[in-house]
Amino acid sequence: MKLKTLAAALMITAGIPLAAQATDLEVTHWWTSGGEAAAVAEFAKAFNAGGDKWVDGAIAGSGGVARPIIISRIIGGDPMGATQLNHGRQAEELVEAGLMLDLTEIAEAEGWRDIVNPVRLLDGCTVDGKIYCVPVNIHSPQWLWLSHAAYEKAGVAVPSNWDEFVAAAPKLREAGIVPLAMGQQSWQTQLAFDTMMVAVGGTDLFMSILADADAEAAASAKATEVFEAYAAARELSDGSNVQDWNQATNMVITGKAGGQIMGDWAQGEFQVANQVAGVDYTCLPGLGVNEVIATGGDAFYFPKNDDPEITAAQKRMASQMISKEVQVAFNLKKGSLPIRGDVDLSAANDCMKKGLKILASGNILPDGVNVQSADTQGQIQDLMVEFWNDTDITAADAQERYVAIIEDAD
Amino acid sequence: MAQTGRPTQLFRNKSAKIAAIPMVLTALVVFVGATLWTVFHSFTKSKLLPSTKFVGLDQYERLWSQNRWLISIENLAIYGICSMIFSLIIGFLLAAMLDQKIRFENTFRSIFLYPFALSFIVTGLVWQWILNPEFGIQKIVRNLGFENFVFDPLYNPDIVIYGILIAGLWQGTGLIMCLMLAGLRGIDEDIWKAARVDGIPMWKTYIFIVIPMMRAVFITTLVIIASGIVKVYDLVVAQTSGGPGIASEVPAKYVYDYMFKNQNLGQGFAASTMMLLSVLVIVVPWAYLEFKGERSRG
Repeated sequence: MKLKTLAAALMITAGIPLAAQATDLEVTHWWTSGGEAAAVAEFAKAFNAGGDKWVDGAIAGSGGVARPIIISRIIGGDPMGATQLNHGRQAEELVEAGLMLDLTEIAEAEGWRDIVNPVRLLDGCTVDGKIYCVPVNIHSPQWLWLSHAAYEKAGVAVPSNWDEFVAAAPKLREAGIVPLAMGQQSWQTQLAFDTMMVAVGGTDLFMSILADADAEAAASAKATEVFEAYAAARELSDGSNVQDWNQATNMVITGKAGGQIMGDWAQGEFQVANQVAGVDYTCLPGLGVNEVIATGGDAFYFPKNDDPEITAAQKRMASQMISKEVQVAFNLKKGSLPIRGDVDLSAANDCMKKGLKILASGNILPDGVNVQSADTQGQIQDLMVEFWNDTDITAADAQERYVAIIEDAD
Repeated sequence: MAQTGRPTQLFRNKSAKIAAIPMVLTALVVFVGATLWTVFHSFTKSKLLPSTKFVGLDQYERLWSQNRWLISIENLAIYGICSMIFSLIIGFLLAAMLDQKIRFENTFRSIFLYPFALSFIVTGLVWQWILNPEFGIQKIVRNLGFENFVFDPLYNPDIVIYGILIAGLWQGTGLIMCLMLAGLRGIDEDIWKAARVDGIPMWKTYIFIVIPMMRAVFITTLVIIASGIVKVYDLVVAQTSGGPGIASEVPAKYVYDYMFKNQNLGQGFAASTMMLLSVLVIVVPWAYLEFKGERSRG
């Protein structure tokens, strides 16, 4: 028996080199919720169809958990075939240290600069004129997701903007529904804050604080309004004791909460739960107040490898990810917007269409992830999550500390 | 090491010394070397990758002005003092009870020691469920008819660290009990007989005779508990991940978050240097007293 198994194993290993350019590439990412997993399976399908093998290296948790693991593997000399990261400053130092594969060659051959829309996404991948990553989707955090079931139960109309949302909150409370679902992880409280900054404070305020690190803007009266609105939102979330964002989204899906401020990746969850945009749930970009979206998103980086076969496979994967078919299949599942403007998205739902329209009108801003360093972001997250959970901290205290962080931002 | 003037001394026992070289090198490079490297870089502006741009004490100034760091220190102090006291008391009491020649001693010992076989991650997750107000103890007591019963330590910033402490004690006391039991078994039967003849009550025998005789066991136990306290990290991550807010942060988590998540090695190194320093402040005087005492006695 044993001998037979051994012989079989030998035959299989001997057979591998005969198969045409089949290379295993391990791909790390943190897409583990239902909708995300369905989307990433589209990438794997396309890559496997080309004869190679996608070895899935999903890391559970959020980006905050996964990134350190990914980065320490790259630095530690055990690079994976490809990895998800948010483009921009997260990988800046890795690129500068020469640890990432230069994709300029295929990018020029395929004319990425002409097809990527908005082109700024590609700039996020560019260091010193060379391209190091493939943007795969556009994600915007500035959305408010509302449960129709919850509002029906409370007997009020589904709000169409943040002010109405706040006004309807007492009714929801009476019906035993938590008005605002909020996961307790620090990035979620920060996301909600940044979103309210755009919605309540306006695009100019957002830009001068996040892009220019203008401490005076952070101390301005307009910013005070944002902090007060944020403090009010803190009260609305009282009673929401969940951790992960998809658990909070689930509260909205099941009607236990009125709404959630979360990025458009929440849409994948609604889809997995078979809910229909406009019927079961409503989405409001920019909280319905200031209809803008930030064009952050995910990108794939390919750590440098000495093995030419792997390098070739990495390039194959890169050009596949940006191809039309894969872009459509992936983004429909993910609920995100494609990074090229020349694809057909007639299958998109209500919410994606809202996003596409805003994108077409050019009402876009850069995402905080792309302009602030991880250090600054970490400090803001600490502040926001502390504020959210400790009602003794007033809006004024929080603003003061926020100003100090912005002053020190590098 | 032999450090006398005569060169022949140096080459005595050659094979033994050669054999010790790898260990000596490991100790020097890994422990001392890496520690020095870390301390050195805590004075630099290292971000994601180490750099040698000096910024003096900036990292330390920033560290001590961070609310999160101060809360971490406070939590560690509360957790440390409480777990030191409670695990010693509970562990000793359990051991003393088991020592009464009861039936099924082996069974009880296994039950008490069993949690120690679980990792902190598992312990943390188990207690996260038990302390969850919607599924755990609070829910059970409410179902029994006490509608207003509130017990949700993990969701209350003021007492969250005690929620973590409960899990830590549950996991760790079994081991302490075993160490204590071994110590108790090492006490000569005749001492008990003599005490009984003199009519000394049992509790007095324990406090004034047995415990002083178990000094060595207590010290070993303290060292084991203390080392567990400083490195507490996984328990917090599994139970609360530092929340609610930043109410249950601990220094080790601060170090990890700054080094890897916030990509600010300098800040993380400064924090870990402070941790090292605090350990040294406690360990050095203790070791000095302890080993000096041993020598003068022996």
